[in-house]
Amino acid sequence: MTATMTPVKKRSALTKGQLPKWAPYVVLGLALILSAAIMALIGFNAFGWGILTAILFTAGLVGWSAAAEGGRKAKDKLATCLVVGSFLVALLPLISVIWTVLVNGLPGLTDPGFLSTSMNGVTGAFDNKTVEEGAPVVGGIYHALIGTLLITAVATVISVPVGLLTAIYLVEYGNDRPLARSITFFVDVMTGIPSIVAGLFAAAFFFAVVGPGTKTGAVAAVALSVLMIPVVVRSSEEMLKIVPNELREAAYALGVRKWRTILKVVIPTAISGIASGVTLAIARVIGETAPILVTAGFATSINYNVFSGWMASLPTFIYTQILNPTSPSNPDPSSMRAWGAALVLIILVMLLNLIARLIARMFAPKTGR
Amino acid sequence: MSKRIDVKDLNVYYGKFLAVEDVNINIDAKSVTAFIGPSGCGKSTFLRTLNRMHEVIPGARVEGEVLLDGDNLYGPGVDPVTVRSQIGMVFQRPNPFPTMSIRDNVLAGVKLNNQKISKGEADALVERSLRGANLWNEVKDRLAKPGSGLSGGQQQRLCIARAIAVEPQVILMDEPCSALDPISTLAIEDLINELKDQYTVVIVTHNMQQAARVSEKTAFFNIAGTGKPGKLIEYGDTHTIFSNPTEKATEDYVSGRFG
Repeated sequence: MTATMTPVKKRSALTKGQLPKWAPYVVLGLALILSAAIMALIGFNAFGWGILTAILFTAGLVGWSAAAEGGRKAKDKLATCLVVGSFLVALLPLISVIWTVLVNGLPGLTDPGFLSTSMNGVTGAFDNKTVEEGAPVVGGIYHALIGTLLITAVATVISVPVGLLTAIYLVEYGNDRPLARSITFFVDVMTGIPSIVAGLFAAAFFFAVVGPGTKTGAVAAVALSVLMIPVVVRSSEEMLKIVPNELREAAYALGVRKWRTILKVVIPTAISGIASGVTLAIARVIGETAPILVTAGFATSINYNVFSGWMASLPTFIYTQILNPTSPSNPDPSSMRAWGAALVLIILVMLLNLIARLIARMFAPKTGR
Repeated sequence: MSKRIDVKDLNVYYGKFLAVEDVNINIDAKSVTAFIGPSGCGKSTFLRTLNRMHEVIPGARVEGEVLLDGDNLYGPGVDPVTVRSQIGMVFQRPNPFPTMSIRDNVLAGVKLNNQKISKGEADALVERSLRGANLWNEVKDRLAKPGSGLSGGQQQRLCIARAIAVEPQVILMDEPCSALDPISTLAIEDLINELKDQYTVVIVTHNMQQAARVSEKTAFFNIAGTGKPGKLIEYGDTHTIFSNPTEKATEDYVSGRFG
């Protein structure tokens, strides 16, 4: 036992050069400073600063890595930079939209009576007074909120049974027959229908059946369900398809009839996916503007009846408040209401997405021991 | 309970493809019969024709007769649902219903058919079936828990309990132990030995020791080559098949000198 323990730490034969853990932060700091300096020379703006920093950071980190760690690690760093960069680019518009709507919409949303009053009787004179004398903004989105909720609810009531039954036919009974294949084809075509066409279809249909000029919440609901049905069919079909065949066979082998198997085994197994698919379909149509514009008209007063009279909705409310302000000479109160309504719409869609997740978790098959 | 099965001149087709050709076999009531043979020889397909489960696959059809105590399963006007409630089946992979508790899984055959059953009767049926499947002691304290939380062997016994809860005449088992460890396999084999007192059991297995251990009669299936139909080569007492078979192919297969 003489000099077996060498005090000098020998590098492991299994490792190559490694960048220190703090390397990315140092490179990022340098890139920020350097690009700020360059931007100061040619005229500063935040957008250019961000882009330049990203390029310098990528070049610096990859270059350093190539020198210290070798080509394979450098390629890995480059790919990581590209992936993270694309992610940030994709995230940018989303954050920008949410930020803009929040900033512009909060004053409208916090305006007293915004959620509980309609635009009935609110004329340009009030808005002129608001701007000239500083009186509070009057009027709100209650009628539009009610309209959106009612129209979407009716559209859901129409679409879910039709969509779910179609999906059941396709998965359980279709067997790739010509009828099933043509349904699949037309559902795909329907997914691509421009929403204004769906609106015109519903309007024309009700003009022909009920009478010219029929504009009610129900017509809008039919237009929305034209858009919603293909989404519901598609998502339910996917969910029914992933129910293992073994479960169907297990039920058949117990002497259970096919329709009971579908009702009691297949659908309960897939219900979480179906329910969240339906919720996402609702979120998809709740913000539709064009089809509601041509089918439900504009209204300024509260209408609880989807079967008679024009009905307001949040998207059409935003549209009219921006394009035809209540007071043409002083549009600011109107645009404040429009931003407020936009914020409410975004919150609704977010809530629906959250509900979809909750539903999916609630109905998911339990695996406790 | 328990009835005999007689198969006469049975051909099974998938579309135009003849999968199993000309099977004649007589399966006694209250006995265990094993089907052995190489993969793809049609033994599972043939087993599924015994309760019309093969009809679930599009294009599948049969020619010939399968008689359950003299009644032809394929006679005109026979409802496959009635057939399946008399001839139960246990599958290769345990497949308890994931949305149901252990208790509801056992009662599935009753509840899914919307038959009315009082709570007392249901409790008795659950206990009887789970005892019959040797599972009662392991799960009696957690009947309300999901069936998918059990181990693989327990799940398979749960599936057997589910099958015997509808009180069938015959139980078909399609490689019931192929996904299980030796201890669970032993539990299932013991169970099969008890089941034959009340039921006619037909089991497909790749494990020849298993066939030798559990069955009274054994049928050997084989194919001449890919694309050719499977055939029943030899059928007889398990002891004879394994020690003194008449056919050369059977002897090669059971002694491991196959191919």
